[in-house]
Parts: sequence; C-alpha cells; structure tokens
Amino acid sequence: MVDLSLARGLDQAPAVPAVELQGIARRFARRWVLRGISIRVQPGEAVGLMGRNGSGKTTLLRIISTALSATRGTGRIYGHDLLNDGAGVRELVGVLGHAAGLYEDLTAMENLRFALRMAGRVADRDQIRQALVTVRLGHEENERVRNFSAGMRRRLGLARLLMRPPQLLLLDEPYAAFDADGVDLVNDFVRETVRAGGAALISTHDLARALPVVTRVIRIVDGVAVDGPPPVADGEDDEASPLRDLRTVEGGLR
Amino acid sequence: MSLSSEFARARAIAWKDLTAERRTKANFNAVLFFTALILLLFGFALGPDQQALREAAAGVLWLTVLFGGVLSFNRSYEMELEGGALEALLLYPGDRRALFVGKLIANLAFLVLIEVILVPVAAILYDLPLLSGGGFFGVLLLGTIGFVTLGTFYAAMASRVRAREVLLPLLLFPMLVPLLLSAVEATKSLLVGNLMGDASSWVRLLVVFDVIFLVATFFAFEYVIEE
Amino acid sequence: MNASIERDYPLTPRWLTLFGWGALAFLLLSQVLGVLTSPPDRDMGDLQKIMYVHVPSAFMSLIGYAVIFVFGILYLVKRDLRYDLLAASAAQVGAVFAAATLVTGSIWARPTWNVWWTWDARLTSMAVLFLMYVGYLVLRAFTEDEIRRARWSAAIAGLGFINSGIVYMSVKWWRTIHQMQSTPGTIDPAYVRGFRMNIIAFLFVFAYFVISRYRVARVVRDVEARIEERALAPNAENVHA
Repeated sequence: MVDLSLARGLDQAPAVPAVELQGIARRFARRWVLRGISIRVQPGEAVGLMGRNGSGKTTLLRIISTALSATRGTGRIYGHDLLNDGAGVRELVGVLGHAAGLYEDLTAMENLRFALRMAGRVADRDQIRQALVTVRLGHEENERVRNFSAGMRRRLGLARLLMRPPQLLLLDEPYAAFDADGVDLVNDFVRETVRAGGAALISTHDLARALPVVTRVIRIVDGVAVDGPPPVADGEDDEASPLRDLRTVEGGLR
Repeated sequence: MSLSSEFARARAIAWKDLTAERRTKANFNAVLFFTALILLLFGFALGPDQQALREAAAGVLWLTVLFGGVLSFNRSYEMELEGGALEALLLYPGDRRALFVGKLIANLAFLVLIEVILVPVAAILYDLPLLSGGGFFGVLLLGTIGFVTLGTFYAAMASRVRAREVLLPLLLFPMLVPLLLSAVEATKSLLVGNLMGDASSWVRLLVVFDVIFLVATFFAFEYVIEE
Repeated sequence: MNASIERDYPLTPRWLTLFGWGALAFLLLSQVLGVLTSPPDRDMGDLQKIMYVHVPSAFMSLIGYAVIFVFGILYLVKRDLRYDLLAASAAQVGAVFAAATLVTGSIWARPTWNVWWTWDARLTSMAVLFLMYVGYLVLRAFTEDEIRRARWSAAIAGLGFINSGIVYMSVKWWRTIHQMQSTPGTIDPAYVRGFRMNIIAFLFVFAYFVISRYRVARVVRDVEARIEERALAPNAENVHA
C-alpha cells in the first residue's frame, strides 16, 4: 500500500515536499488558533514543532492528518491535496496523538488486530506479537486496556504505528508519559521513518528528548510559523541550540 | 479498497462494538431493564382490563422498543468519543461509510437481542398469542431495521453536540412516524386480528421505508461524519 | 465602526422595502377580496374564511421545506456557505408558517368537529413537518462550527424532505383504515380564485421574509469576515477577535 521505495529515490528525482502548507488558518467558534501557517517539510526531515500551550500545535497536526479541515488555506502531503484528496493523504500519514484512540474493553492484541483490519490489512498474529514485543508489551497481549497505565497505552499506540510504517509521521507530544526506554522507542521509530525517506513532525515541549532526531525546529507564535535555528544535538554550539532558543521564546512573549 | 475489504472493515467495527458490549454488558442490562419497566408501567396506566391491554399491546410494544433503542444509539458513539477513538477511525484510509455499516450491524444485533427477551415478557404481561404465526417476527425485524438505520445515522450527529439526550429523539422520532404507524398496524392485525386492516400492505410500506432510508443514510453519512 | 457598517450594509435596500410594501398591499387586497367575494359555506358559514390563512400557510410551509432541501443540496455541491444561510432563513420562515397552519387548523377544528385537534391526515402530517422544522433549527443552534452545521443541516433536510411525502401517505392510509372524518378534498369554484390569489400573496410575503432574514445573516457573516481579516493580518494586535 505505502511504497517506501518511491520515497527512497530521493536523490535522483526532484522531491515532492512531504508537507507543503499555504496560509493554513483555523478558527474555533470566535477564536483564531492558527492565523496563516505556511511551511514546507522535505522527505528525510524530522521537524520539531514548538510553541506554548494553546499555540495550535495539535490543531496543526490534526489539519495535516485530515482529522480537521482548515478554515482557510491549502496544503499538500506528498502532492495529495488536503481538501480534495483526503483519502490519498490518509494512506501516507501515521499519527500518535494525545489520546491513543484505544478501546478500553478490548485486549492489547484485539486493539491491534482491529487496527490492522481497519487499515484493510490481514490481521497477522505474528506481526501483532512482534509489534507488542518491540514496545515491551509482549506479556500483556491478552490484558484489557482498561487496566493499562498511561505509559502502557502510549506504547500500545506506538505499536499500532509500527505495524503500518507511514511516510509522514505526526507525533503530538510523543514523549509524554514515556520513560527513558519509551523515549528511545519513539526516537528509533522517527529515525527509521526518516532513513526510509519519510518525514516526521514532532510537537513537543520537551525538545531535549527530541534533540537526537530533529533536524530543524519550527515555532508557532501567535498562530503563525517562525523558523527556528537548526538544532545541534551535541550542544557544542550553544548559540545555535534550540534550547537557548526555547528560553528566549518563553521569555520574550508578551 | 475493494468492496470485500470495505465489508471486512464494517465487520471489524461491528465485531469490536459487540465484543466490548459483551465484556461489560452494562449497557445491555440497563436498556433491558428499562424497557421491561416501561412495559410494566404501561400496564399500570392502561390495565387491568385484559381486553384493553391486548388492544393497546402493539402500540405499547413499539413505543417501548423506540425508547430502548434511542438510549443505546448515542452510547454506541460515546464509546468512540472517549479516548479519541473516533478520530483514529476517521484517519484510516478507505471508505468512512464502512463505519456506518459496522455500527448499523452492531446496533441491529444489540436491539434484536433486547427484543428476544422483551417480546416474551410483553406476551406474558399483555396476554398475546405470540406463536400464532411467524409473520409477527418478520414485522418486528423489518421495523427494527428501519429504526436502527435512522437511529445510527442521527446519533452520529447528536452524540457529538451538547444536549445529546434530548436532541436525538427530537431529530429521530418525527422521522419515524411512518415506521411507527405501519409497524403498529401490522403488528396489531397479526396479533389481535384487525378486520379493517390488512397486514400485507403495511408490511410493504415497511419494506419501502427500510430500503429508501438504508440507501439515503448510506449516501448522506459521508457528509455527517467528516470534520 | 458602527457607522461604516451601516454605510456598507444598508439593512434594507430600497428595492426590498418596496417589495415588502408591495407584498403587504397585495396580501391585504387578496384577503379582502377572498373574504368579500366568497359566499358563506353551506356547512361552515363564515368559518370558512379562516381557510384564506390556513391553506396558503400550509402551502408556504411545504414550499419552505422544499427550499431548505434545494439550498442544502446546492451547499453540498458548491460548498458555498451562502446557500446554507439561505436554507436557514427559509427554515425560520417556514417554521412560522407551519405553526400558523397548526393554529388555524385547530381553530377550525373546534366549531367543525367540536374538538381542538383532529387526527386528520393533512393536519397530522403538518404537525410532523413542524417538528422536523424544529429539529432542523435546534440542531443548528447546538452546532457551533459553521461548516459542520451547514453539512449536517443539508443532510437532515435531505432525509426530512424524502420523509415528508412518506409521512403524508402513511397517515392518510392510517386514517382511511380507521374511517374517520376528513376535510373535503374538493373545493367549490366560487372559492378557487380567492385561494389562488392568497397563495400568490403569501408567496410574496414568504419571499420577502426569507430575503430579509438572509440579508441579516449575510451582514453578520460579512462583519465576522472583516474581523477575520483583521485577525489574520500579518501584524495583528488582537488575535482573539
């Protein structure tokens, strides 16, 4: 279904941007959360999305995933129009959101089996087990989600993504409720996606955790996108560090 | 995606809803006892004259089914709303109408199971000759199909706004007037014997109603579910 | 700011004012003519005169739902919110006419059959239609997002429109079986002209109300759009409009 080899041919063909947004604005009743976001993300990039609470990070990710339609503006995901070709976009995008969208009264195994079936795949027991083992839920496969902790739920949500690697990974606060081991799982998955020629957008407060993987930072300030400087993982150049950048943003607003 | 894989997705939804319901049974038990209670209360209101009760039984039975159903339809979407499951469902590639068909099947199974217990109770309380013919069960199924079709459709909207408990019956019940009339009249003539009424023409109306709204809701669902 | 809004959006343009007065004059003329030229009914006497309000109102509530349906479809095809505003305007006006039909029907039923309500096929169907109007308007009131509201309204209007025919058929059938009294289906030619004139007059009034209602809705939206523009301007001060 998702042909990753297409995206791997990155160096030969002129790349279609993974994300290309023009003037995306979104209003909730009277409040404008986004006021005109124009950004471009190329295949092979992992972009950190930063901004204060309520700055519209989640709204932006929902619009890119077609969960929400923009009040204004247009956008394309690998050339698929957000408005007219939602089905094409949904083929390529994988989301790990605030709420995992799991069913409390189904077991971990059943939740994943359901997800595979809904994606039009054959529910392969071994594949599901493999994904559960990867996220360290191998022993809980027959337990109901109702009894899971927040971190376990996040892991199960991640397992669902692992079974169906997307070309565009949208992670909304992916490190929340994760321990160090979970953070590594998320970052490994981001690295794998990017290495395969995909792209990732990661919204987070906690840029330190995303530092090992992000190649660029975009900040949302007052509903518009502002380019951040390229992050430096090893911290040798403190001037260009997004952490320093974060401090100025938090201090400099209003 | 092919038609067969779309149907597999609808089946996955129905399986998921029914499995979750089977595990807790909370909703099923609540609706079951609520409907049984309504049957009893109508008996107090209309009885104890045996003849009067039998005359009114068809109408009472259908109203009870309507009240019970309207309670369960919103619940079927509430399960998707807690934990953001609906959003996840909408992000799967493929036809979103599979979601409607799956919910429809699950709601139908749910309500038919309620009726399997409810109808014998009604037969005992209202002294109905249930076994006099299979036609009654056909009418019951036809009426339930039309009811569940519209109920599943309107609950997709009502469950996502404030005041959902009031809004669903307000939207749904006026639409059900033809269904209620034909189901009650057909049931009456089959169970009690109605010289003036002919069950077959009412049954035909039920079939027409079911077909029209199965088609109409199927095509309108896309507009209702998208965000 | 208020002054500039008034200058840009005259609430009632000249042609609309003239149209409104014309409609009112024609309505009065039709009512007077209808009442004066018709002979007293054989059974009902002067009670029949209420029909010059009842029948045209019933027509308007039927036309109103058809208008909602058509604009709903137009919205779904063109995705232009103006069609949704037109549909909503027609719904508000149509609901009022449906209510008027029920009230005049009830007033008519009292001396005729000695009851305030009769399960007559047409009156009963009208009650159902009125409830469908109410459902449509209540759903709109509860839905905040305007795009979602427009889509849902169109879907509801579509199903309601299909249903209205089935409702009338089934209620009529139900009545026939129970052999109850019904309003006469045929009308003496002496009354026909009065009915026709009044239906046309009501049509003008209906159009005037819908257009006025729509214009107000447009002004509200246009003002909101201006606030939008300001909020979206690059160096806007006030994001929250």
